[in-house]
Amino acid sequence: MRKAINKKDKNSKTVSINNLSHYYGINENKKKVLNNVNFFIEKGELVLLKGPSGCGKTTLLTLIGALRTCQSGDLMVLNNQLNGASRKTRQKLRRNIGMIFQGHNLLRCLTAEQNVQMGADLITNLTYLQRREVARKWLSAVGLEGHHKKLPNGLSGGQKQRVAIARALSANPKLLLADEPTSALDSVTGREIVSLLRKLAKEQDCSVLMVTHDPRISDMADRILNMEDGKIFNALSELR
Amino acid sequence: MNFSFIKFRKIPLAWLLLTRQPLRLIVAIAGISFAGILMFMQLGFRDGLFDTSVTIHKLLDADLVLISPRSKSSISMSGFPKRRLIQTLALEDVEKTAPVNLTYLLWRNPENLKTRSILTLGFNPSDSLLLDDGFSRKADKLKNPGRVLFDKLSRPEFGPIEDWFLSEKKVETEVAGKRVLVEGLVELGPSFGADGNLITSRETYLRLFPANPKGSIEIGLVKLRSGSNPILVSEILKKSLPNDVRVLTKNQFIEFEKNYWKNSTAIGFIFSLGALMGFVVGCVVVYQILYSDVTDHLPEYATLLAMGYRLKSLFYVVAREGFLLALFGYLPAYFSGQILYSIVRNSTKLPIVMDANKTVLIFILILVMCMGSAGIAMRKLVDADPAEIF
Repeated sequence: MRKAINKKDKNSKTVSINNLSHYYGINENKKKVLNNVNFFIEKGELVLLKGPSGCGKTTLLTLIGALRTCQSGDLMVLNNQLNGASRKTRQKLRRNIGMIFQGHNLLRCLTAEQNVQMGADLITNLTYLQRREVARKWLSAVGLEGHHKKLPNGLSGGQKQRVAIARALSANPKLLLADEPTSALDSVTGREIVSLLRKLAKEQDCSVLMVTHDPRISDMADRILNMEDGKIFNALSELR
Repeated sequence: MNFSFIKFRKIPLAWLLLTRQPLRLIVAIAGISFAGILMFMQLGFRDGLFDTSVTIHKLLDADLVLISPRSKSSISMSGFPKRRLIQTLALEDVEKTAPVNLTYLLWRNPENLKTRSILTLGFNPSDSLLLDDGFSRKADKLKNPGRVLFDKLSRPEFGPIEDWFLSEKKVETEVAGKRVLVEGLVELGPSFGADGNLITSRETYLRLFPANPKGSIEIGLVKLRSGSNPILVSEILKKSLPNDVRVLTKNQFIEFEKNYWKNSTAIGFIFSLGALMGFVVGCVVVYQILYSDVTDHLPEYATLLAMGYRLKSLFYVVAREGFLLALFGYLPAYFSGQILYSIVRNSTKLPIVMDANKTVLIFILILVMCMGSAGIAMRKLVDADPAEIF
């Protein structure tokens, strides 16, 4: 019975972290940036991660995103233990994780549609035309119907961020990681973007972990995690 | 209709990355083309040299050739006794022989009276010298003393001989200080060793070059009966003739001349080195272009890695960029090469031609150049750390 509960518990969590620690440097220069971090993210949850600069937010995000090797503790992402995971496992896992970066990181030589299609191209069972349709669908979903042939240079900051969201969601991710996606946007656009992200993520049953300093969007989160000196506080505090 | 192949279609990322900065692409194509043109020209000159050096050799109507063991090439021929050639007739397989004298004499340009060295061949007009149907008719005219056949492909410095001859003007000039009359034109072509060629009878030859020892010839042509094996007969002759003569098959005679230019002079090495320089220049250009391309797009490559693309997929992108550069760089090089070959042919009369061997070889060299440079540039891709893009 207990086993069954544990299994259900495990399957309902997108991310589960126990005693996660991480260090940079070696020997006397070794610095602990994450100190026994413990928290989890449920399916479909929108969780905000806040904290001062240098507290370890981005390191935590890159560890969850399978971009770094986990050094110590348990890190379960989409039922994959990342401590000791091979490079190939992490690369495969990343296909199920959408990422939205502060600087958009759109490919400058590709149109908005092609940028989104680069995400959709990771879905292997679709034809080229189907993948293009997926890209167009997501561009419409983020309100950029008429902009699919535009290069990133021809888009505003908000539009670029929408393209980045569409690209992240086009591969049907189960987890979305966003690093200050609203920092370069005005308050109205910022709220619009997060609201859109929340809506689309809920529709896809996709969990979202968003690093942000923006107090204007706090009310839109399911939970807020505060981080300081590599530690998470009030990890279980329910806001809504 | 089921377009299943469309499933494998992808966004042409390599093409889009290359064409994003058209100026850089043009510079890259220009650099590769320049390297290609350099290789085309160097290899063209090298092959041209080797080909022209054996133009006459190929035209000689013979199965076997006798030369002196002291002869190094057509530009340094030594004589050997003519009787050795006659001795070959003792073999049943030998149908006929033709003695040929060969040396460089001074030709006076009848227009400006300047002298220039010309390769002169002397033979018996009743013998068959060249594999040319109309040649025997022309050779008959050499039976009169002081008559010569002029190679119309000779360099223009020898004078407007062809124009004068075709306009039925009497073309008279001096060779080695003796008066000669041009009785006809032949088509042989200049070589690196000879700017022009002249054919005359042995009688006239000996009058023009009286220092030639009597009974001494430079080349002995041996024609075998049909069905005879030249290699076998040459082996028999080697055993039966003394050491003062060397017996070669016609192909061996051609190789003998080519080998001189390849091995005994620096010319072959120089042109091959020139082609190598072109290859190295091309490698540097392509590497610079691809390396800066990879460096410029490193955050984008890192983004793709973060999205779940494999490093191998990104290697393919750079490799495709290398392939595209090879293709786009090769085409202008090929067409420029054609034009330059034509200019060189017209101005130097050297038979530099764009043959299939060169076309394929230089495409392969450019491909190796681009793919090799892409391979080195790929090492930079390993620096694309997806963790750094946050």
